[in-house]
Amino acid sequence: MTKPIITFENVTKRFGKLAAVDNVSLTVNEGEFFALLGPSGCGKTTLLRMLAGFETPTEGRILIDGQDISNVPPNKRPVNMVFQSYAVFPHMTVADNVAYGLVVDKVAKAERDRRVEEALELVQLGGLGGRKPDQLSGGQRQRVALARALVKRPRVLLLDEPLSALDAKLREQMRTELCLLQEKVGVTFIMVTHDQDEALALASRCAVMSRGVLQQVASPSDLYEFPNSRFVADFIGQVNLFEGVLAVDEPSHAVIRSPDLPVDIFLDHGVTGPRGGTVWAAIRPEKIELHKKEGDTPPNLGDCPHGTNAVAGVIKHEAYLGGSSTYEVEIAGGRRVKVQRSNLTRWDQEDFKLGETVWLCWHACSPAVLLS
Amino acid sequence: MSKKAPPGPLEYLRRWQMQAWLAGVFVFLYAPLIALMAFSFNDSRRNIVWKGFTLKYYDKLFNDSALLEAFANSLTIAAVSTVISLALGAAAALVLWRFRFPGKTALDGALALPIVVPEICMGVAMLVFFARVMPWPQGLPWPLNLGAIIIAHVSFSFPFVAVVVRARMASFNREMEEAARDLGAGEFRTIKDVILPHMAPSLVAGALLAFTLSLDDFVITFFTAGPDTVTFPVKVYSMVRFSVTPEVNAASTVLIVLTVLLTAAALKLQGDPAATAGHGAGEPK
Repeated sequence: MTKPIITFENVTKRFGKLAAVDNVSLTVNEGEFFALLGPSGCGKTTLLRMLAGFETPTEGRILIDGQDISNVPPNKRPVNMVFQSYAVFPHMTVADNVAYGLVVDKVAKAERDRRVEEALELVQLGGLGGRKPDQLSGGQRQRVALARALVKRPRVLLLDEPLSALDAKLREQMRTELCLLQEKVGVTFIMVTHDQDEALALASRCAVMSRGVLQQVASPSDLYEFPNSRFVADFIGQVNLFEGVLAVDEPSHAVIRSPDLPVDIFLDHGVTGPRGGTVWAAIRPEKIELHKKEGDTPPNLGDCPHGTNAVAGVIKHEAYLGGSSTYEVEIAGGRRVKVQRSNLTRWDQEDFKLGETVWLCWHACSPAVLLS
Repeated sequence: MSKKAPPGPLEYLRRWQMQAWLAGVFVFLYAPLIALMAFSFNDSRRNIVWKGFTLKYYDKLFNDSALLEAFANSLTIAAVSTVISLALGAAAALVLWRFRFPGKTALDGALALPIVVPEICMGVAMLVFFARVMPWPQGLPWPLNLGAIIIAHVSFSFPFVAVVVRARMASFNREMEEAARDLGAGEFRTIKDVILPHMAPSLVAGALLAFTLSLDDFVITFFTAGPDTVTFPVKVYSMVRFSVTPEVNAASTVLIVLTVLLTAAALKLQGDPAATAGHGAGEPK
């Protein structure tokens, strides 16, 4: 029952010669928590602003519930926005701020008061309606902005970098609350963020953008585990990228040979790629196992032939992060490989110290093969 | 009582040099004013020796019809030119803040011109303008006969309003405007509900500035005033030409008190004087 609520049809936005958004086609479904993710300047905010009506597309159409809204002014659109600066009106009380949209819409006083009350309760600001914004903390101001937008019962709620201005602890808390809030009100949320953790934690689906172009649209886990390009693999989380050629490509298995690695990368699945052409193997740091080097027999995880997916190296850098540790291991040929390891007991990080020689190995299903 | 700690590095006001400096500033700023006000109550024709307290010069003042007429003229001119300056200045500031258009820099510079051009030049220019280019009809009934002076006053006071308002708008968060639009407000509603409230302190400050500038302007008024349109400063000047009488002192005292009261009222209305003062030097957008 995924019903599309918003459709971008070949939308392009040019500022002068620069295409801030370049031929984007995208569908957001009803009830989704959708994230637009990308580095700054990638066009994600422009896309959101076009949805809100503050920019008009140079080319293409934007549909809400099947209706072309490209030329509808922002005050006539069934969407509401939570701004990055919150943009709470400083000269009005909290309740007046929340009521503003309803006053403009000429909602009767009794109903207005009831809905404002409801909205304030929803964001846990009940009883603070009489305060002025300068008597609120940053987190509370954001709640006012949320209530002010939600009280209008929009079809879609737009959030521009909603958590970027909060401190770390509050950000964590707001993350959970935003999720709960969305479940409670059932409104479609579209969020812009440059913070991949935020997007992965909150969104049911993400679109990754770069230089105005949509790179990949997928669920957070698909983005992380099955990136479709080097850009996405690198942008979401940490990754080791090995450039190489596809030496073997059978339906049951494949082998990538990389000049950076002294051993072959064995994959337990076929790759429909260009045989002999350039491909990239992307291996996440936490998917590489670290073993103490005792003897010259490389460890084998049992799903690949001997002599593949295992390589010796020397720990050149370590960072103890509490729950886990990250290492940079230099392998033969000078390439450094990032490895992340959970500290499962209170002692086991002691086994891997700077300068020690270790084995690195990984499962045959761990590398993601990228063609671009 | 324990001995006081020596002044800290930033406690300037606890050093005697600074205190002396401050005292000097206050004396030179306010002693003449206080003397002027004190001698308006002096029971003597001469402004030199204190002879005793009297209110007779105020009594005389309020019975001097020529002076009262000049005073009424001044207030009328100030009020009308303030309203016009406010509208023009705020509009100019809004346009310069909001839009980009060819010739914007030129307009920006032209706007500052009346502030920097010497007043005497402005006065002569106005004289020539009203004598040759656009003569203001003579013999109009009051207050239409004040038209020329009002126009002259608007021309030098509205740039001040524009500068103050524009500095204030530089601190406006554009997302605020977008938020209002997003919540359903049209263009004019947004101006009324969001932009004007932000602008309000600068409007009050601008109005105050325009009003006082107009009220005490002498040079430009002198060149534009006709024989039947004497303003208060011009009248005082003509009185002083013969001698500085206590009436002049009394008249000046009334003017000072009025200005101080207005300023106090404006500051109170404004609520947060720092909001405007702090942005006075703000970079135009």
